[in-house]
Amino acid sequence: MDHVQLAKGLLLADPWTIPPDPQQAPDQAAEYNQQVTRFCTDLCNLHNQNPNQLLQILIRIQYRFGWVPYAAQSILSNDLKIAIGEIRAVIAFYSFLSSEFQGRYRILLSSNITDYMLGLDNVITACQTHLKLSPGTVREDFKCSLELTSCTGLCDQGPAGLINGYPIKHLDEHRICELAQLVDAGTPFNQWPEEWFEIDCGIKQSGTLLNTHIQPGNAISKWLDKEPETFLEEMKQSGLRGRGGAGFNTYEKLWAACRNASGDQHYVVCNADEGEPGTFKDRVLLQNHFQQVIEGMTLAAWVVGAKQGFVYLRAEYAFLLDQLNQQLERYRQKGWLGKAIGGCLDFDIQIHMGAGAYVCGEESALIESLEGKRGIPRVRPPFPVECGYLQQPTLVNNVETFACVTAIAMAGAEQFAQCGTVKSSGSKIHSISGDCSRPGVYEWPWGISIREVLHQCGGENAAAVQIGGPAGILLPKSQFDRTLAFEDLPTGGSLMVFGNHRSPIDIVSNFAQFFAHESCGFCAPCRVGCRQMQHFCQQLQDRQIGSSDLESMKTLIPLMTQLSHCGLGKTAPLAIQALFEHWPELIKEAETTTDGLSFDLQKAVADTIAATELQP
Amino acid sequence: MTKVRVSTCSLAGCFGCHMSFLDVDERLVDLLERVEFNRSPLTDIKACESCDIGFIEGGLCNQENVEVLLQFRKQCRYLVAVGACAINGGIPAMRNSIPISDCLEEVYLNGKGLANQLIPNDPELPRLLNQVRPIHEAVKIDYFLPGCPPSADEILNMLQQIVDGNEPSTSHKNIRFD
Amino acid sequence: MSQVLTIDGKDLAFDSGDTLFDVAQAQGIYIPHLCHHPDYPPQGNCKLCTVDVDGQSKCACTTQAETGMSVQTDSTTLTEYRRALTELLFSEGNHHCPGCERSGNCQLQATAYAQGMTYSSFKLLNPQRQIDASHPSVLLDRDRCILCGLCVRASAQEGKHIFTIAGRGSDSTLAVNSDSGLLADTNLSAEDRATQVCPVGALMVKQQGFRIPIGQRIYDQGTIDDLGNRRPQYHSPKSKTARIAGDSDD
Ligand SMILES: Cc1cc2nc3c(=O)[nH]c(=O)nc-3n(C[C@H](O)[C@H](O)[C@H](O)COP(=O)(O)O)c2cc1C
Ligand code: SF4
Ligand code: SF4
Ligand code: SF4
Ligand code: FES
Repeated sequence: MDHVQLAKGLLLADPWTIPPDPQQAPDQAAEYNQQVTRFCTDLCNLHNQNPNQLLQILIRIQYRFGWVPYAAQSILSNDLKIAIGEIRAVIAFYSFLSSEFQGRYRILLSSNITDYMLGLDNVITACQTHLKLSPGTVREDFKCSLELTSCTGLCDQGPAGLINGYPIKHLDEHRICELAQLVDAGTPFNQWPEEWFEIDCGIKQSGTLLNTHIQPGNAISKWLDKEPETFLEEMKQSGLRGRGGAGFNTYEKLWAACRNASGDQHYVVCNADEGEPGTFKDRVLLQNHFQQVIEGMTLAAWVVGAKQGFVYLRAEYAFLLDQLNQQLERYRQKGWLGKAIGGCLDFDIQIHMGAGAYVCGEESALIESLEGKRGIPRVRPPFPVECGYLQQPTLVNNVETFACVTAIAMAGAEQFAQCGTVKSSGSKIHSISGDCSRPGVYEWPWGISIREVLHQCGGENAAAVQIGGPAGILLPKSQFDRTLAFEDLPTGGSLMVFGNHRSPIDIVSNFAQFFAHESCGFCAPCRVGCRQMQHFCQQLQDRQIGSSDLESMKTLIPLMTQLSHCGLGKTAPLAIQALFEHWPELIKEAETTTDGLSFDLQKAVADTIAATELQP
Repeated sequence: MTKVRVSTCSLAGCFGCHMSFLDVDERLVDLLERVEFNRSPLTDIKACESCDIGFIEGGLCNQENVEVLLQFRKQCRYLVAVGACAINGGIPAMRNSIPISDCLEEVYLNGKGLANQLIPNDPELPRLLNQVRPIHEAVKIDYFLPGCPPSADEILNMLQQIVDGNEPSTSHKNIRFD
Repeated sequence: MSQVLTIDGKDLAFDSGDTLFDVAQAQGIYIPHLCHHPDYPPQGNCKLCTVDVDGQSKCACTTQAETGMSVQTDSTTLTEYRRALTELLFSEGNHHCPGCERSGNCQLQATAYAQGMTYSSFKLLNPQRQIDASHPSVLLDRDRCILCGLCVRASAQEGKHIFTIAGRGSDSTLAVNSDSGLLADTNLSAEDRATQVCPVGALMVKQQGFRIPIGQRIYDQGTIDDLGNRRPQYHSPKSKTARIAGDSDD
């Protein structure tokens, strides 16, 4: 398969695609349908009619046409031999896919709490004023649509968003006003102000990983002439633990287990889904240090015996796709990817796109998604290391973990483990955002205290920090002496700072909203529980907590943490739990003042009043 | 011995729970030795005095239901939600997935065979809530007795247990939603 | 080599490949469940079968039995969780039992009884979902669907692949695999196990309306933990007397 052609020719035509309006000219309907047919048929051919490629095909159709037209659905159904209902099921699962036209300009606003803190509310109002658009709607002339989307990974440059898949930063009323004019005029993207789309890496503090810059082959060549066991031993010595959040021992839980698992094929997957709100360090690694990731993956493939690797790239980072594919191609040309690497290893890497689903960061959901399906986490065990992609042993590691592998390969385990703590060796890259004067990307050895972190990023006035994203820990000021380390405060690299003027209820409500939007819906406790948490948070905000609400929430929290099928549902209630624990007075204040009345009576009758008064 | 004072009322219900209660038949005679009925359709007393036990049939369908319920809560030591409508809105709640304006328009404006189409707007009429709600969304409820309607035995059993000062136990063999 | 674990204090032998659910069932130990049927691969989405395995909550229907495990199928905490789970399922759909033909034959309802649920303490979400009455003999009332996926698995096993679950989160719905998305355009029949396997009143054979009176239905005779997960027998919609063999007990 021609990877570059896939990326360039089909995903994002140059200049960036502005999809045609399917309804604009009825006499061109035949022409439109022909375009759809040709595009879809070509795509299916390019992907060898492989049903596992369904998602890859769908996301490209979405970008090209602004939706997945009905005609496209039937072509895919025919060519890929997938029932049409299944295709629709997949489209309905991923936020970025739609079976209705989303307008020529599709604007998605990142709705993380940090975006709100930077003025997202004003941006939404500005969209209503200047674009005549409210979130969740497509404008009547089909020129544009607006939606809120989960964190897009630009928290240090927010309020941020995506327009036709491209990230746009520092939104404010002024920028929306200018943007509205460009949209109304149908301006092609190459005439838009470039600086809106320049995404800063925002590196504020570098350490071992961010200071390393390698030339193709540097790390691989140091090892390939040895036995894989020697490198495995090096990995063991390094004490490396996964950087994606859970912190498993990379050697033991993953590499050794995958190497020992039997299967026709082994696969190596780089988890670049980076869905945890407030995390953007993987984006920076991909932007600046992708070579280290490639070589880490290659070494992993060599050790576990894989021929094929995948980078699962979140749709929000589609703008990096060209650049990443070019680097892969450079590696191929220099002989560091492809056949007979270093004379002994066959290994290549393909980039798979996500399509807007946080749960696809969970490794088994990610694998389902790689296979082109809805991202529903599998029953574990068996774990992916034994039974993963196409039921074969599959190693899934985070982007940063692979970068660490390269660092270990370059400097040796001893050097790597020199910093950090006994149980958390090495350094960790953090994405810092929120109420601090120097948000951005920081690399520090494990074991740094929150107080020190806040000192360095200019967040001395913090009243609370959220560590590890909404799925992590909401930490009040009284605990700022605790340290970032797997044995104290584990983290995947998201750290959001909240000043005194922020309301913990707003923070927790934002997270509840996020989980309700992102729950995959497979299991009952999380599917319904997340909706109930969202409702509870709304009641908190309306100060309408009724008599039985606290009790039911207190049952729901342990129920979800214990019974949910995957990590999403298990961690979703943690922020509310923290609210109960650290800010009980706020919950007390939110209790309703009229007996147990848990709803607003005036609001509840407003529709009836309107209906009676509006009648002719 | 002072009698235990009981009140009952029907909100958005069909009086079926009350009718079911009447099936206690002659057992009512014994019961009246220990309890007296205050506000209740059975006595036709309209204003509730301070009571020991309140039985509520029906859910919250309009503003008046809410106001009556809030009054009841103030007057009653124990409040029991009786029947499906009180507990989850019941049959009236089947309108909940349809916007109230659509319901009103269909019934009063667009339905077949209507003359003088008008959505009733007399200020005396209680306003409908946008959704029918269970009563525990408005006040604290002490005990729940499901069923559509609950049998006379179950209602009596609940009443007797509260009168006896016992925590009413609903053996799962006796729970019925229909 | 025979392998042994303990369930509720009893030492029990099992074969490799057995799940905890299989081991318990073989011994007549009832574990509440809604999304599982022994004829189909387990999925583990309702979580009602959650049991305590050496202090950890595990799904009985998807957890492989291992030697030495100590399993507790019941405890006050488990009952509390299971009751809350049934409350959640009730809050999610539009379950108006008094108006549902499945009442009395419904496994969700019977499980709620068994866990002592008298009301749902969670906000009733009143979803708006599409009802599909297009098929001549089968009704799909999504208001009562608990997304257990049994019909999906049953239909796949029958080679028809009529159902699938679409969408995400609380917007997930049971979708029908036809161009129009309607049941009428599929080859589903009332006799299919996919129709019969539904534990609730979401997929129902038409024209049964109260042929068996309330009070004489399955769970009017006994509790679900005594009787097991049963499904009703249907009358054939085409004739007054003929019956369609109901799905066997789990
Ligand atoms: C809901 C959920 C989302 C996750 N998202 C990510 C993610 O975006 N990136 C990531 O590396 N790991 C994510 N993980 C963790 C992965 O499941 C997996 O543990 C990780 O990719 C393993 O890599 P590591 O050992 O290198 O950390 C997520 C887990 C859950 C439960
Ligand atoms: S916990 Fe949530 S995200 Fe995970 S499987 Fe269950 S519903 Fe899906
Ligand atoms: S499906 Fe079961 S629980 Fe739902 S309304 Fe019908 S009988 Fe009640
Ligand atoms: S229709 Fe019935 S069997 Fe199918 S998923 Fe819904 S509840 Fe389960
Ligand atoms: S029966 Fe095991 S999870 Fe539903």
